[in-house]
Amino acid sequence: MKVLVLVKRVPAPGAKINITPDEQAVDTKNLGFAMSPHEECGVELAVQLVEAHGGESTVMTLGGQEAEEQLRYAVSLGVDNAVLVLTDTDDWDPMATAAALAGAITETEAGEPFDLIIFGNESADSCGYQVGIRAAHALGRPIVSGIKAIDIDGDVVKARRQTVAGLEEYRVTMPAIVAVKEGITLPRYPTMKGRLNARKAEVGASPQPHTPGGQKKVRLVPAPEQVSNTVVLGEGVESASKIVDLLVELGVVT
Amino acid sequence: MSEFPSNAKVVVIGAGIVGNFLVGHLAELGWKDIVQIDKGPLPNPGGSTGHASNFIFPVDHSKEMTSLTFDSQKQYEEMGVNNYCGGIELARTEARMEELRRRMTSAKTWGIEARLLTPAEIKEMVPFVNVDILLGGCYYPTVSVVDSLRAGTIMREKALALDAISIHPNTEVLDIETADGAVKAVVTNKGRIEAEYVVIACGVWSPRMAEMAGATIPLTPAVHQMIDVGPIEILGETGNEIGYPIIRDMDVFMYERQTGGSMEVGSYAHRPIFHHPNDIPSIEESRLSPTELPLTEEDFDAQLEDALELMGDILDGAEIKYGINGLLSLTPDAMPLIGETVEVRNLWSAAAIWIKEGPGTARVVAEWMTSGYPELDPHQSDIARFYAFDRTEEHVLNRSAEHFNKTYGIVHPREQWDSDRNQRVASFHDRTQALGAVYFQAGGWERPHWYESNAHLVEKYGVANREHEWDARWWSPIQNAEHLAMRENVGMVDLTAFVIFDFGGPGVVDYMQKMTVNQVDKPVGSAIYTPLLTEKGGFKADLTVMRLGDDYFRVATGAFDGPRDEAWFRKHLPTDGSVTLTDRTEDICTIGVWGPRARDLVSTLTSDDISHEGFPYGTTKEATIAGLSARMFRISYVGDLGWEIYVDMADGPALWDAIYEAGQAFGIVPVGAGVYGTTGRIEKGYRLMGAELESDFTPVEAGLARPKVKSAEFIGKAAYLAAREAPVTTTLCTLSVDDHTSASGVKRYMTGSEPILTLDGERILDAHGRVSYVTTAGASPSLGKFLLLSYLPPEHAVEGTKLNVMYMNELYPVTVERVGSQPLFDPDDARIKQ
Repeated sequence: MKVLVLVKRVPAPGAKINITPDEQAVDTKNLGFAMSPHEECGVELAVQLVEAHGGESTVMTLGGQEAEEQLRYAVSLGVDNAVLVLTDTDDWDPMATAAALAGAITETEAGEPFDLIIFGNESADSCGYQVGIRAAHALGRPIVSGIKAIDIDGDVVKARRQTVAGLEEYRVTMPAIVAVKEGITLPRYPTMKGRLNARKAEVGASPQPHTPGGQKKVRLVPAPEQVSNTVVLGEGVESASKIVDLLVELGVVT
Repeated sequence: MSEFPSNAKVVVIGAGIVGNFLVGHLAELGWKDIVQIDKGPLPNPGGSTGHASNFIFPVDHSKEMTSLTFDSQKQYEEMGVNNYCGGIELARTEARMEELRRRMTSAKTWGIEARLLTPAEIKEMVPFVNVDILLGGCYYPTVSVVDSLRAGTIMREKALALDAISIHPNTEVLDIETADGAVKAVVTNKGRIEAEYVVIACGVWSPRMAEMAGATIPLTPAVHQMIDVGPIEILGETGNEIGYPIIRDMDVFMYERQTGGSMEVGSYAHRPIFHHPNDIPSIEESRLSPTELPLTEEDFDAQLEDALELMGDILDGAEIKYGINGLLSLTPDAMPLIGETVEVRNLWSAAAIWIKEGPGTARVVAEWMTSGYPELDPHQSDIARFYAFDRTEEHVLNRSAEHFNKTYGIVHPREQWDSDRNQRVASFHDRTQALGAVYFQAGGWERPHWYESNAHLVEKYGVANREHEWDARWWSPIQNAEHLAMRENVGMVDLTAFVIFDFGGPGVVDYMQKMTVNQVDKPVGSAIYTPLLTEKGGFKADLTVMRLGDDYFRVATGAFDGPRDEAWFRKHLPTDGSVTLTDRTEDICTIGVWGPRARDLVSTLTSDDISHEGFPYGTTKEATIAGLSARMFRISYVGDLGWEIYVDMADGPALWDAIYEAGQAFGIVPVGAGVYGTTGRIEKGYRLMGAELESDFTPVEAGLARPKVKSAEFIGKAAYLAAREAPVTTTLCTLSVDDHTSASGVKRYMTGSEPILTLDGERILDAHGRVSYVTTAGASPSLGKFLLLSYLPPEHAVEGTKLNVMYMNELYPVTVERVGSQPLFDPDDARIKQ
């Protein structure tokens, strides 16, 4: 089967993110970059599907030249091909992004559609939840979002998602699109050999016009710091009973 | 949690490997009221200790670094956190095999077990190494892995148990206050602490801390890349944190070290990557820790290929689970920065120290602080070793960039730096340049080492070249030819690199007497060579003191020791201002004129009385030379008649020209520091600070004790008097090499620090456990010999004794020629005193 996975270059999560003084960008001085965690699971899914069913996988991103780093990372994990939709500004809202990706997907497919296209459910930085859905709409294909499990049965994708009410399962005929969530797979790490292969891999280009959407960036505001209070219960043996009390209070120990 | 203190004997900033061992040692040495702070949490506050590879290779060519490492390993072992796993340094090239033979020699000198391995033997020990690409290796059984975080905790607990310390993590330093040139208080986000002493043990953040107090700690945070690769079955099967020897793949500047079921692959091969201390992210801004920055993969790709070539069998399919640009500290000369800062009294530095030497270095700092001077001479690590221009950020970056890729490099003992040259040049530099001077750097000065214009003398004197490229590197047969020309006629030497201090004021006589061993309260015009001692009676410096007036002394000391000596002098200046110290180095240039025809030559330039009677040896006076006001000093470090001639820096070109031109009639040659510092010196048995002279040895042992001791008090006097009465356990001797021929038939020439061994090849130790090794090696062209200086215990310090020296892992026969300071060449100094 032919599988496409879409990724986005975002600051690696886990550290405090600073905003530049003009409030227009993230201060990247000390940051590492990664793809969004949902997408890491999406890449792993793409690799596993091709391992199980044969065919080939492709990774695509929209971004600046530096976003090649994320494409090559996906290749180092076992994705076969990479396509960069090169941009010259960072002012790409979800509408513009989806339109350009739909164009690039159509161009890359060249008449032979991907059986399955995998988006991350939402990006780790702007969290718009829109690009996958808008792109599916533009391509005229079905999309199921919030997916945590998947099975391929002939030309049907069985996609499941967890809701408050319980488990939902959707059966969609391919070609189809899913937007997946972290946890659908356990992403592997690149191997040394994979990393070297990725370095030599060719990255395809699919430049697309920038059709501005309806959303404009005004300014960035740092999220309020999450303050966690640490209470030292004590030191040494005397603290044991306090720990037990707390565990009882939390319902961990009865 | 104890209340935040407002007073302390000492505030130690930093709870990494250095801060933790320092507080433990200070407490053990009896200090109380220690306050330790760190901006991070315990036990891992987020500095370089937290991500260190924690392995120790015990062999280094430097005596000081090997000693610090050895002591550190012992300390780790005593606390049960040292795990001997062994280690192998690999050679992919013949040049590296030669370097490993040199390592074998250093291992022998310092008494560390090592043996060379064939590729097959490497394979047997580490089956997953591809030995097809190897020529051999060197195995060190005592390579170990330590738990540096646990060790730190144990040391803090030790200080706590002695009721000597309060410890405050999550405490950030906002300012360090000073008053009257001394440290006063540390201001933190938790409160202000007044302290008698403050120690900066903050690793990569140290320069920022020093700056708060107006001091400098010249280091730069630099990236060392490493990745963790696994799981690897064969490693997991060992069931150990480390079951295989650590591999150093020296030729590609990498190491592979097992960590449980994974392999850590680290590199010193990538481009130098520096961060400014102010740009290191905060703890909150860091995904892992402030010193574990994101791996810049493109810098590591070439290293992946090298690692796969060596260990493809196990690394091929293993996953890269972790990778960082880890920050560590680099200094201009790759040695630590310890001791009191030169700018602020009682503000100490304990920085640029890695895990392998951390405990030992911390012990040295603790001894230094509590007793005035440490057991182990901190000569190469002393933060006072730098000139002002050495401490600039630009210099730190340039030199660190140059030596980073030499971390696993092959560095010749005479190797010169490429970067930051021409910091200081003599006013007549264009004259020496025109004569084809090849410059070595000394205290930032470009000092001629030999002159290509003398190349024709090589044939005249029949000087042989050296067959082996290593022995001939940073050396020229012209040096020996210049030497012989000077001995035959006369030579002129650029001595502008001398460091010159003028001392004045009403208290100067008492002060100079207190500082020096020999009697310096002599008539105006006298000049005295004298050691300066530590309280414990070891050498702190050796230099020349000239009495220029009743209350006026001039000191001339070597370029390599100027800043250390200045710090020592300043530290002991009376606080009442009764003595002044002025650095005159930049104002004065010096030319030495020596040789049997020196007097004939100089007498054509001056009408002053320079006869033997009118200008005796060891005196100094003002004179007019070629119309220039000069100071002449009748002395010699090369063993011939002549003078050091000092003039204003601006008069340097005129002085050079006058001597050079008048000298033509007397066969003058320009002579480089190759003669001045080595060949001329060694055949006269003259000692050099940092080589023969260090705080481990006394003037008695170095053969520099005078028959009488002056009545005035001086630093180290009690210890000096005791050393004169005590049985001698070692004496500095001059030895000659009997046969230079190696097993392969090539003649080889030692470079220094090789072990002197018995005829059975055993190391020689004195009653105090001090090993005999070559302190200086060099040719004696006048005698046609090759000489070695070494301390020897009494049973071997007998003229005519046959011994061995090891060089590149081979033994060469040597003979003890002289015991003590009597020179081999012109033993009665007739040439000097004519």
